[in-house]
Amino acid sequence: MSGSFSIDGVTVPFETGQSIMDAALAAKIYIPHLCHNPEFQPHGSCRLCCVTANGRTVAACTTLATDGLEVANETHEITTRRRLLLKLLFVEGNHVCPACEKSGACQLQAVAYHCGMLAPEFVHFYPKRAVDASHPETIIDFNRCILCELCVRASRDHDGKSVFNISGRGIDAHLTIDSPSGRLGDSRFSASDKAARVCPVGAILPKHRGYEIPIGRRLYDQESISQVGDVASHREQEDG
Amino acid sequence: MADKIRIATASLAGCFGCHMSLLDIDERLIDLVAHIEFDRTPLTDIKQIGRCDVGLIEGGVCNAENVEVLKAFRRHCNLLVAVGACAINGGIPAMRNQYSLTECLEEAYLHGSGIDQPQIPSDPELPLLLDQVHPIHDVVWIDYFLPGCPPSADTIFTFLDELLSGKPIRFAYRQIHYD
Repeated sequence: MSGSFSIDGVTVPFETGQSIMDAALAAKIYIPHLCHNPEFQPHGSCRLCCVTANGRTVAACTTLATDGLEVANETHEITTRRRLLLKLLFVEGNHVCPACEKSGACQLQAVAYHCGMLAPEFVHFYPKRAVDASHPETIIDFNRCILCELCVRASRDHDGKSVFNISGRGIDAHLTIDSPSGRLGDSRFSASDKAARVCPVGAILPKHRGYEIPIGRRLYDQESISQVGDVASHREQEDG
Repeated sequence: MADKIRIATASLAGCFGCHMSLLDIDERLIDLVAHIEFDRTPLTDIKQIGRCDVGLIEGGVCNAENVEVLKAFRRHCNLLVAVGACAINGGIPAMRNQYSLTECLEEAYLHGSGIDQPQIPSDPELPLLLDQVHPIHDVVWIDYFLPGCPPSADTIFTFLDELLSGKPIRFAYRQIHYD
């Protein structure tokens, strides 16, 4: 069964069982998101994809499309709320873009550009978080983790390893690694894992590839994420 | 355009890269100087700030002198702008916030490599360091933010040009970046 609904007045077809996000992606309509990747079960946690559906605020990735639904996506109010969420994400971690290898190909940055964020403006937390460089091929910088759980889902559902998990609640929530020492180098993680290729930010990065692509020529340096899509899908293409 | 708008600039805990980017406007500076005059700025070497329309602040706040300069700018400027990553979120200097001030000073002046006569500087002329580096909006109200490390000359020019023309300030996609 199928039907159609509208996003900002544009008619979008859908198949039964598709979420608003899935149908939007298929129709090439961009709904900002960080924790969503169509290859995995939706998580609904970053709240960036919140839209209004018949006037109710819902997460586009966890809400099924229904016939005749009227969805508002890029309105002034919704974009303002998205900017607020992005600012909170920026001040909660240590996102030092000029010192980050992911800069220019970072989805947090790209979504913030799309939503028109000029500065985080709130008081910065400057949390003290260690870097885990124990693995020979992959580095984890917890300063940049936004708790999207994409690595958790990829390692559990695709790699069958469950290397990653989230511990703690609220402001104490943090990414943990399943190994005797808690370090990545002692875990079953491999650089060829799916979990190595899904991080939307610079938290999980391959080693030995620094600045292969110069700043200014990276994915989001020239074009908006609304045009070129998620960084994870590009990595899949690059890695073949 | 009646009177010229008066602009002051300062580099706090920054590297002067944003000021270099301002100069990188190149020949368009000639168009700008017809509409702008500078007050206190490293470019004029005027030491005390007078009444200004716009203050451009580069760098975050890392010591007591930065706080004083920033507050003086706020008192004297109608519009105060955070220019660049360090003013906006502390930037590279704020990476020291991962450590205590004591750890930073000891590493730099006592235990670092190649140090002759190790001692932590302590002179009344040296401004006291703050325990952490802060973005400038932690200290005073900021009216506008220009991100980038540094913001490109194009970004700074667009900002000043649209401000002068009274238009809403809008940037092309490539003019806004955080790195």
